[in-house]
Parts: sequence; C-alpha cells; structure tokens
Amino acid sequence: STLQSKNQEKDKEEKEDKEDENKEEDNGSQQNRTSRRKNYQRRNGDEKKARGERSQKRDRGKTAPNKDQKESENKEKKTMKRGKEGENKQKKDRKNSISSSSNSSDEESLSEEELAMLKEQVEQKKKLISTMRNKPWRMVKKLSVLREAQDFVEKFEGALGKGKGKKLYAYKMMMAKKWVKFKRDFENFKTQCIPWEMKIKEVESHFGSSVASYFIFLRWMYGVNLVLFGLIFGLVIIPEVLMGMPYGSLPRKTVPRAEQATAMDFSVLWDFEGYIKYSALFYGYYNNQRTIGWLKYRLPMAYFMVGISVFGYSLMVVIRSMARNANESTADGDDDNFIFSWKMFTSWDYLIGNPETADNKFASITTSFKESIVDEQESNKDENIHLRRFLRVLANVLIICCLCGSGYLIYFVVKRSQTFSKMQNVGWYERNEVEIVMSLLGMFCPPLFETIAALENYHPRIGLKWQLGRIFALFLGNLYTFLLALMDDVNEKLAEEDVVKNITHWTLLGHHNSSAGNDSTVTPRPLDPADVPRGPCWETTVGIEFVRLTVSDILVTYITILVGDFIRACFVRFVNYCWCWDLEAGFPSYAEFDISGNVLGLVFNQGMIWMGSFYAPGLVGINVLRLLTSMYFQCWAVMSSNVPHERVFKASKSNNFYMGLVLLILFLSLLPVAYTIMSLPPSFDCGPFSGKKRMYDVIQETIELDFPLFVAKIFSYVANPGLIIPAILLMVNFTNTSRTEYKPHRRVLANISFFVHK
Amino acid sequence: MRWKSKTPCSQKSEEPIQPTSLSLFLRLFYRYRDLAPQLVPLDYSDNPAVTLPYELIGSMPELKDNPFRQRIAEVFSEHGDGNMTLDDFLDMFSVLSEMAPRDLKAYYAFKIYDFNNDDYICKSDLEKTVNKLTRNELTPEEVSLVCEKVIYEADVDNDGKLSLADFQRMIIRAPDFLSTFHIRI
Repeated sequence: STLQSKNQEKDKEEKEDKEDENKEEDNGSQQNRTSRRKNYQRRNGDEKKARGERSQKRDRGKTAPNKDQKESENKEKKTMKRGKEGENKQKKDRKNSISSSSNSSDEESLSEEELAMLKEQVEQKKKLISTMRNKPWRMVKKLSVLREAQDFVEKFEGALGKGKGKKLYAYKMMMAKKWVKFKRDFENFKTQCIPWEMKIKEVESHFGSSVASYFIFLRWMYGVNLVLFGLIFGLVIIPEVLMGMPYGSLPRKTVPRAEQATAMDFSVLWDFEGYIKYSALFYGYYNNQRTIGWLKYRLPMAYFMVGISVFGYSLMVVIRSMARNANESTADGDDDNFIFSWKMFTSWDYLIGNPETADNKFASITTSFKESIVDEQESNKDENIHLRRFLRVLANVLIICCLCGSGYLIYFVVKRSQTFSKMQNVGWYERNEVEIVMSLLGMFCPPLFETIAALENYHPRIGLKWQLGRIFALFLGNLYTFLLALMDDVNEKLAEEDVVKNITHWTLLGHHNSSAGNDSTVTPRPLDPADVPRGPCWETTVGIEFVRLTVSDILVTYITILVGDFIRACFVRFVNYCWCWDLEAGFPSYAEFDISGNVLGLVFNQGMIWMGSFYAPGLVGINVLRLLTSMYFQCWAVMSSNVPHERVFKASKSNNFYMGLVLLILFLSLLPVAYTIMSLPPSFDCGPFSGKKRMYDVIQETIELDFPLFVAKIFSYVANPGLIIPAILLMVNFTNTSRTEYKPHRRVLANISFFVHK
Repeated sequence: MRWKSKTPCSQKSEEPIQPTSLSLFLRLFYRYRDLAPQLVPLDYSDNPAVTLPYELIGSMPELKDNPFRQRIAEVFSEHGDGNMTLDDFLDMFSVLSEMAPRDLKAYYAFKIYDFNNDDYICKSDLEKTVNKLTRNELTPEEVSLVCEKVIYEADVDNDGKLSLADFQRMIIRAPDFLSTFHIRI
C-alpha cells in the first residue's frame, strides 16, 4: 500500500510538473526525489537564462547597478540560494496536499467549502509570514518557508474573489502589496537618513550604552527642534519677511531715534537690543494687519496657531516616544529576585569594542560580583530593614531642608535686587547678585545631594534617578524665581503702557495739528516712524530675556566643557611628568562624562525654548544651531578628554525617565505662556495682536469674518467652560492611558508565557 | 557584485524576513568579504560554499573584546565549530541587532551560555561563564557561591540546572538584557 501511495504521489507530482512548468520558476516546495527532478529542470532553465542575463549585464557596463536593481537582485540572490539549498534539506511542515489538490481543481469553479478552506489556508500563511522573524530557525530555513508561504498566498489570493468581483479583489490585493513595498522602501530610506549613527556607535563602543543614550537623546531633541523650526520659520517668519511691510515703514519696525546712534554697536547687539530687537526674530516686529500680501495670508491667526501647535506637536512626539519605550521594556528593574542571574547574563555589554573599556568592564563586573557576594553574606547574618528605612527618611528630610533653604535664599536675594534697582549707586555685585547666587547654588548643591544620598544605599541606577529628581527640583526653584521676577517686570511695563499710550496719542494729534495748521489743503506729512513715542512692549522684553538666558546657558555649557574636561585633560596629561603625585590616578585625573548633568541641562534648555518661542520666533533657530554644534563638540570632547565610568551601568530604562522629565517640563513651560495669553492684554503698538483686548480674540475675529455664520454660532456654544473642562480631562486621561497601555499588557504576557512553558 | 535579476520576484511584495535593510545587508556582506577578500567572491549567484575560519571572525573589532566570542561563533556556525558562511554571519548579526525580538535573543543567549551544548545550563556552564566574566579573579568558593545563587534564583523545576524555559523566564524580566545583548554594525 505504501508503494501504491508513493506511485500516486509520483503521478500527482508529474501532473503538477507539467502545469507548473509554465508558471513562475521559483516555487519553493521540494520534498522528495520527484520534486528534486522538477527542480533540476527548472535550475537548468534558470541557468540558461542567468547566463544570458549575465552577458547582458556585461554589455551594460561594469558600473554598479542602481538601488532598485540591486534590491531586486538581492531578492533574486536569496531565492536562488534558497532554491539550491532547499532540495538538500527535508522540510516537514509543508502544505503540499493543499497545493496539489488545488492544482488539480480548476480555479474558476471552486465550491463554497473549498473557498472557505482556501481562505483559511491563505490566512494561516499570512500569519506565518508575519511571525517569521520571531522563529529561531536558521536563515536558510526561514527563507525557504517564507518563499513557499508567499507563493501560496499570491497564487490563491486572487482566486478568492468570486466572479466579477475577482478582478477588483485581485487589484485591491495588488495595490495593498504595492503599498507595503512602498512603506518598506520608505523605512529603508528613512533609516539611511538618520545622521550621526557611526559617531554614536564609536562613543558607545568606548563608553558603554549609558553615555551613548545621552547622545541618542540629543539627536532626538535635534529632530524635534528641526520640525518646530520648520513650522515657525515657514509659517510665521518667511511670510512676514516676504509679504509684510519692510523695516522702517512702521514705528514698531524701526529703531527709535534716540537709540539709532548705538544700534549697530556690538555690545548692544550682544544684549539683543538695537537692530536685532527690531527684526523678525522678536514678537514686536510683527504687524497686526489682518491679511498681508496678495495671498491674503492671515498672519496674526497663523502666529497664534503656530504657537499652539508648537506645544501640541511636542506633546504628541514625547508621548509617542514614551509609548514606544514602554512597549519595549517590561517589568520594573527593582526586582530583587534575580540579582545574581542578571549580573551573570546581562552585565557584559556586547557593544564594547575597545580594549580599555573592556578592561574597565571586567574590573567593574568583578567588583560588582564581590559586592553582591558580600551583601549576600551580610544579609545572611541579619536584615536590618529598620535601620535602612530610618537612614533613607533622614536623608530625604535633610535634602528637603536644603531645597527649602535654597528656595528661601533665592527669594530673599530677588527681593533685595528689587530694592537695589530703585537705588542709585549699585556696584557690579549688587546688579548681578541674583545670577551669582543661582549659579553658586547650581554648582554646590548637586554634590551635596550626592553626599547625603550615600546614606540611602541604593543601587546606582536608582540612586541616579533620585539625584536627577532632586537636581530637577532645585533647578525648578531657580526657574520659577526667574519667572516671578519677569512677571514683576511685565506688570511694571503694563502700568507704564497706559501712560505712554496717552503720550503717543497726544503727540500724534499734536503733530497733525501743527503740520496741517499752516495749510489746510496739504495732506499732513506723516511723522517719521523713528520719532513716534513707543510703548514698552513687554512681549519683546520677555522674548529678549529668554534669548539672553539661552545664549548665556550655551556659553556656560561650552566653556565648562572646554575648561572642565579638555583643559583638565591636557593639564593631567602634560603636567604629570613634573608633578609630585600621579595626576592620572589621584586627583584630579580625567573627567568622567556627567550624564545626569548633561541630560538635565538639555531638558531645561528645551523648557526655555518652549517658554520663549511664542515671544521670540527666532529662538528655535538659535536652538537648532546650538544642538547641531553641541553634537559635534560634545562627541569630540567625550572622545578626547573623558574616560569610561568606573562603575559602568546600563542606560536601559532611563530612556523613559528622561522622557518623563521632558513631559513634565513641557507642561511646566506651557503654564506661563498660557497664563500670559489668557490674562494679559497685548501691547497696544507692537506685535501681531496689538489693538486687541486679549490675544485669543484673534480666533474669534477670524471665525466671525472668514467663516460662514453658522460656524460662529457653533463655536460660541462649544466655548462653554462646562464643555471645555471635561474635554481637557478626557485628553489628559487619553494621554495617560496611551502612555501606560503597553506596560501591564507586556507583564501579563510574560507571566502567561511562563505558565505556558511550565 | 553581480546577482541575477529576474522579474517575477521583483514584482512581488516582500515582508521583511530579517530585520536588515538593504544597506545593512550590503554593509554586512562587505564586512564579511573584508575578512578574507581572496576567499569570498563578489559573485554569489552560483552559491559558493565559502566558510571563513573562526580566527577571522573572532578578530573582528566588534567581537575581539567579547569574552564569549568563541561561543557566539559556535552557536551561529553551521557545524558548531565556529567557521561561518555568509548566511551564518548574517544570522548572527541580525539576531544581535537592536531590531531582533526579545524572545529570539533569549533563545540564542541560552545557546551561547550553554557551553557543553546539552540544552541545559548546568553548574559547570555557569562556572565557565563567571570565570570568563571576571577573568578568573574570583576565588573558587566565591565562584561556587555565585553559581549556587543563580541556580537557586532561576531554577524553577528544581533539577539543579537551567532549562530554556527557566532561562527565558528569568531573562525576560531583566531590564538590561536588550541593551547589552546587542552589537551595532
């Protein structure tokens, strides 16, 4: 009976043979000798064709084929290799029966059950294709199984459509496949466009993944800023520069007469006064004309919407990044159950490609094992949880005291500076006391926190997070003090504005009367824009303050790196020859890359940008330049002057922690901007919203004038606080759930898979 | 580099079968070839059976400092001797890339740390691992303590050694596994 079945199979195979000869050649199902024979025939045919094509290729020339050709050739290479090797290997899971049975039946006249069965088979094959990459098979096997599945799907998917609908179905399938191919090509292209990949790899192989994670974060930040820059530049600055009134035509666009003498001085320009102040970089330059140019571009509306969408886009990008990170990571790293196992199997960083780093790594792993062994032996003696808890509470109390102390100190100094500003003969120290105190606090508090944190006895990664959180709280205090001072300034300017408004009004009136008084028929000569009395324009002042802060922050960072890392490294290297003790081993030795300091600096810098970009559209451009130069400068500084950390620990989950910080800063920087937009009146003579009662009136104006009537009615109903507050709550809820939805999912999966394996 | 061009295949859509883009594939091919240009031809269309000896693989900059490079080469080589064909080479780097799924990495990590290839990580495998990681700096008692602790932590079926399931259950929870079991090329 087995002989009979074999013969039957042989007959079926031969029938298949004849039918398949006319179909495409690379069908991957081979199992026994008969199919091998079939393949041999095909191979001969292929080789002839190949020889012909090779000669064609030679004729075309020896230049490298272009990308498309290469890709199709790549696929061909894979299939050809697969074709040859498949016949040497026996494949067990082959749906040969289905293909033979469906070959024998005619495609047009499939019955209902056959159709359903066929559909199920196609679905199964599709699922196999999509999960292929998870299977731990050798590549050769994967290729052949995939090929077979793909051929099956392609052959019979078209057959699933019935009658007239068949062509449409086949067409839809073809379009879907083309779309998948296009997406894949686009993904390939995008991956190629990612900049600095080699640079980061070099840093990673020398310093481990935690240092490299800072640079990956920097690159991500650069991408976000580039998009924001594109938005602002394209939708606000360019239209105003191209289609708006030029410099000198309006009072707000002209340097006042009194300042014109010094407007070009470098010191003035460095302070962002003079010509820079009256340029498209700042809020005050923009005209409040409702539409500009022949395109009727609504600039005030665009300015407002771009300001809002800057925050909206940043929020979306941060949340998406967090969701992606949460998807990849699983349970918390504080799990104490697998300390030794994880040390053994995950402590070696496979990215290390440098002998010095490898030496460091071996040393740190040895130390880490020894520490754990000691801990284990200690804990076998007695577990004093109470002492540890007490120490941690004590440490937290001390640190809270420090934070309150620094907060009060800043408050006190700011109050004092306000009294100083009223006095006359103030020295250099009194004028800069606030900045000096803030810098000193920023320099000395973090090491103080680290010393106190030694009481807590946490794992370094957790200790780093606590440290970051505390420095964050410290910087936050600084930031909000700065904002308070700024608000005081703004309120003063608002009070001043009323006075200036009157003066301007009367000056203009007086000018008209005087110029028209002599000759009533002549139209009054307009007052030169440089002579019109100006309002204080608080928005531009705020913008200037943020730009100054950003620029000084950039300078301080670069100088710190230059002096603290590079000069120090030069000193240690060259003076070591003639120094009493070994500079390289003892103090000061080479610097280690300060990950937490740099990350916080980056995050806070971004917060400044978000706060200031509404009032100084050019600020994002400055930041893009800063991030670009930072990448090259810091890569160079790290490679030339830093040494790998002694305790090399992994970045891993820190990514989401950084993103959490960014999210928090985003909300915190949204608050002041939202407050000023909602509750402060815009200046009367500068900016795109001048003349309105509140900035958001521009929306109402646009709706009333540009949209049909019913839209205005709808908006007036929707703008009810009773609707808006629930909407905001829903949005917050949604962002929260989208951030966390993958975490429990993954953990549940891990637990289930454990039970399944058991 | 000459491959055949054949039309039916290029019209088909392709699911990404391996997490390598075309440029990465080319990069890997050139890296493989650079190890021994006289042995590896540019033309792979007639499927030459070229195997590079382990010494060449182990001298690559990405691997030369890795204490487990011999095991990695052995696991991915066709006959388990460390000599790799182009397919094995591609396999290796695609599993070790950052795009490979976690379960796949866990499977191969298990095979790498199973020195005697008996499908279990037993105490002798653990001892070898620790000694490779610390370059024999721990005393035998310390090594023994570490191995016992590992078996105590991860062995669920209580047979004194780690099976694939034990290993996977333990490694899936590890926060650092994906970022350390990763080679960028």
